[in-house]
Amino acid sequence: MTLVQMTTAVSTGRTIVSVEGVSKEFAVRGGEPLRVLDNINLQLREGEIVALLGKSGSGKSTLLRTIAGLIPPSDGIVRYRDEPLTGSNPGTAVVFQSFALLPWLTVQENVELGLRARGLDPDVRRRRAERVIDLIGLDGFANAYPKELSGGMRQRVGFARALVLEPEALLMDEPFSALDVLTAENLRTELTSLWGSEDFPTRSICLVTHNIEEAVLLADRVVVLGANPGRIKAELTIGLPRPRDRRSAGFQALVDQIYAELTGADPAVQPEATPLNRPLPPASVGGMAGLVELLAARGGKADLPVVAAELTFEVDDLMPLVDAAALLGLLEVADADVYLTAEGLRWASADIPTSKELFARLALRHAPLVRVICRALRRSRNGRLRDSFFRDLLSGGFSDAEANRQLAIAVDWGRYGELFDHDAVDSELVLGDSLVLGDTKEG
Amino acid sequence: MLPLIRRAAPTRPARTVLADVVVAVGVLVLLWVFVELAAGTTAPITAGETSSAINTDPANLPYYAGRSMLRMFVALVFSTIFAFAVGIAAARSRRAEKLLVPALDILQSVPILGFLSVTVTFFIGLFPGSTLGLEAASVFAIFTSQAWNMAFAVYQALTTQPRELDEAARMMGLTRWQRFVKVDAPSTVIPLTWNALMSLAGGWFFLSASEAITLANKEYTLPGLGSYVLLATREARMDRVLLAIAVMVLVILAVNTLFARPLTAWAERFRVEEAEADQAPRSVVLDLLRRSRLPRRLAQALRPLGEALDRAGRVLGRTSARWPAPRGRRVAGDTVLGVALLAVLVPGTWWALDYVTTTVGWSEVVHASALGLVTFGRVLIVLALASLVWVPLGVWIGMNPRVTRFAQPVVQVLASFPANFLFPFATALLLATHVSLDWGGIALMSLGAQWYILFNVIAGASAIPTDLREAVVDLGLSPAQRWRYLVLPAVLPAYVTGGLTAAGGAWNASIVAEVADYGDTTLHATGLGAYITAATEAGLYPRIFVGVVVMSAFVVALNRLVWRPLQRWAHTRFAL
Repeated sequence: MTLVQMTTAVSTGRTIVSVEGVSKEFAVRGGEPLRVLDNINLQLREGEIVALLGKSGSGKSTLLRTIAGLIPPSDGIVRYRDEPLTGSNPGTAVVFQSFALLPWLTVQENVELGLRARGLDPDVRRRRAERVIDLIGLDGFANAYPKELSGGMRQRVGFARALVLEPEALLMDEPFSALDVLTAENLRTELTSLWGSEDFPTRSICLVTHNIEEAVLLADRVVVLGANPGRIKAELTIGLPRPRDRRSAGFQALVDQIYAELTGADPAVQPEATPLNRPLPPASVGGMAGLVELLAARGGKADLPVVAAELTFEVDDLMPLVDAAALLGLLEVADADVYLTAEGLRWASADIPTSKELFARLALRHAPLVRVICRALRRSRNGRLRDSFFRDLLSGGFSDAEANRQLAIAVDWGRYGELFDHDAVDSELVLGDSLVLGDTKEG
Repeated sequence: MLPLIRRAAPTRPARTVLADVVVAVGVLVLLWVFVELAAGTTAPITAGETSSAINTDPANLPYYAGRSMLRMFVALVFSTIFAFAVGIAAARSRRAEKLLVPALDILQSVPILGFLSVTVTFFIGLFPGSTLGLEAASVFAIFTSQAWNMAFAVYQALTTQPRELDEAARMMGLTRWQRFVKVDAPSTVIPLTWNALMSLAGGWFFLSASEAITLANKEYTLPGLGSYVLLATREARMDRVLLAIAVMVLVILAVNTLFARPLTAWAERFRVEEAEADQAPRSVVLDLLRRSRLPRRLAQALRPLGEALDRAGRVLGRTSARWPAPRGRRVAGDTVLGVALLAVLVPGTWWALDYVTTTVGWSEVVHASALGLVTFGRVLIVLALASLVWVPLGVWIGMNPRVTRFAQPVVQVLASFPANFLFPFATALLLATHVSLDWGGIALMSLGAQWYILFNVIAGASAIPTDLREAVVDLGLSPAQRWRYLVLPAVLPAYVTGGLTAAGGAWNASIVAEVADYGDTTLHATGLGAYITAATEAGLYPRIFVGVVVMSAFVVALNRLVWRPLQRWAHTRFAL
């Protein structure tokens, strides 16, 4: 781990929020609880912007909500100024991805609402709200309803509503990801300049994102989270001076380094793969085929950030495809580079029947859920089993929604490989007629 | 960077003095009418002697119509309060949810008219010697026809509230009162309004059935449109029945323009979704109110009151300020609740069983169940006939947008028209043609129930995308094939919903439709509805009890075992 600089030198400010040994589990109906966060230790200090970065499923939003005191941790404690939380955190305010504005209140009323909750007089409320509305660039919109505003203006209202509370730490849950590219960039720039200004009413910012460049652009410290369960994989200090230039060599080097961290293999020893401990990444066969063909056209090797940038994808969109293709052995990931394997090259150039057969073979070998379904169907009397049977099996380790998603992915893969099909009328899985099914040995 | 505005702010209408005057006069008239009508509700009771309180002089009709309307609105107010209280409790408390949701589900499928006898007795006891007892019983009958659906509407709106909205409320530390006023109540406005208006339409039926009731050989009547029709029927004055029907139609139209449409148009501002409804409802009355300065002035004048309430609301505490209790304490609480529930349910059931054994005996239950099967047969025939007639017609209406626009309001008025107003004509026809009520009852029951099927089929058919319709024409499918592969599957989910509602309506109607009066003749049919009515008129409480329980069991069982699974299946397989 030579690439990771540990955070010791910087951030000498006093601690505002301290997360100590926090784990979070969600109850799953009739199964083991689902662990979303595992033993997280983290401090938010005065004067710094911290980015929580991770793939989907890394529990980054859950961690933010734990810091905000919106959900209680299952284990460990969250402290605000040394006081353990027992409810929502009085020193923080949250900016939400979906803005979460009240559509029936005007901009002014939305911003005032939190002050009203504190029991301030109407006059004081109005003055403080007006000040923040001006600060955030909403002057002239005070009497508009959120519906009348564009996405960017709405998120400004989200900012104003949080900032008017003058929180010591401002928490932001993917605040720019519901906006178009230009608007998002514009707001990021404004946030940076507000952060540097004298009258910015908050001392620390914690930002959840899945966008590596956004993290490097804004943060003093990037905390990389690994998935299943979410845990801190690495912490990097970003020492670049502000404003930061995306094209500078230092910036690019940091982006590459974080890509490597994100895609890096987990050091933890993997037990035997089962459908529960090795969930299928949410990728369609068509998506994987597109990725593999793209790599084949580049001679079988490419730099991930470059591919992502070319496709104007963000890491969250591309990652499931890469993970799925890697799971099936179509490609390998090393640092921020991806290489096609021999199988991957064959798959890219095969005709349709051959590619189906090859895919079936790989899915049967590497995708635990596909293998389990095929085995069960072959042992059944007539090659048919209710899909609820598998859903029940999966519910031992997944939420209902996730169990459904896993089954849908497996059906997509199984259908393409002609391993099995889903009969929607009878809600049954039906064994397919792939030749692969005949020659694979049990076990 | 310049701020971008996606859509210009809606232009606020110019304020005019004329609008102020019209609104002011309107409010004054409303107040005066209210005072006049309310004065009559506390008159001394006139039970026992047959309907001396009311007579069929047409000059009385406006007053009677006003009294009926007052009952409707009082019931609506109570239903709304109930819906908020119960809906919020069920949505916010895990334990309340476990209790209330199944309870509401059963209550909304129970035939309300069967309970009238019990509630009338109760309320007369509550207000001895005053009409207020009868008024309360009538209002309660309407209340029971709307409150459960409305509570469900609130519950569903709150449980489907975006999670981030809930988190924002807690992040800001809103008090419970502020959360109710600023977050929860507004987000339930649209579903609650639509539900209330549907219930209001259905309520006319229960209103007119509950204005005149014979209990233990005594007749209790309240001044109102329903009792007027009953009396006119008994006097065999068809002209007066017709007149009452005309007044009823006027009342329904007036409620539509002065209340329902402004309310739905106003509710639009509480829409959370980005997209506005295809055709946002509009209302002339609401425009008028918006043109007037008075509502705004009133709001300004009331603002200090709002602030005071806001401050007073602090005593209720903050919304979810603390995390929920640890698991151990929760389990302990659940156990206590469970035990308490059993302590009520077990003796209650024991008492009910004992009551039946010691009074009428179990043979009566068998007898009532057999009658229930007969009524069930009638309900099935009603559904079959209504489907045969209204599915093709509804599809035709729904697939022709121009016809839909014209037909939809007409169907709405027809659906909210209380079918029991038409019973006299149907009964007269039966008498003239010597058809027994055993068969004629089917016609009476379908008078009210059939519209739900038409209503829903129109909605389903008009939702079929034009692309699909063009595609099947393009593929060269024959008309029969189009029905088989597009129309029927596309309409099925809506049809099942309509069928469920129609069946519920038919069961309820059987209580008034299986016994019919005209002049001096009374017709009886064999069935559970007639059984309950007869027991009510004679004041035989054990039989009323058995009849109502058996009918409730029929309806609840059919809903659970047939309609709900059918609905689920239709929605998953054929949802567009």
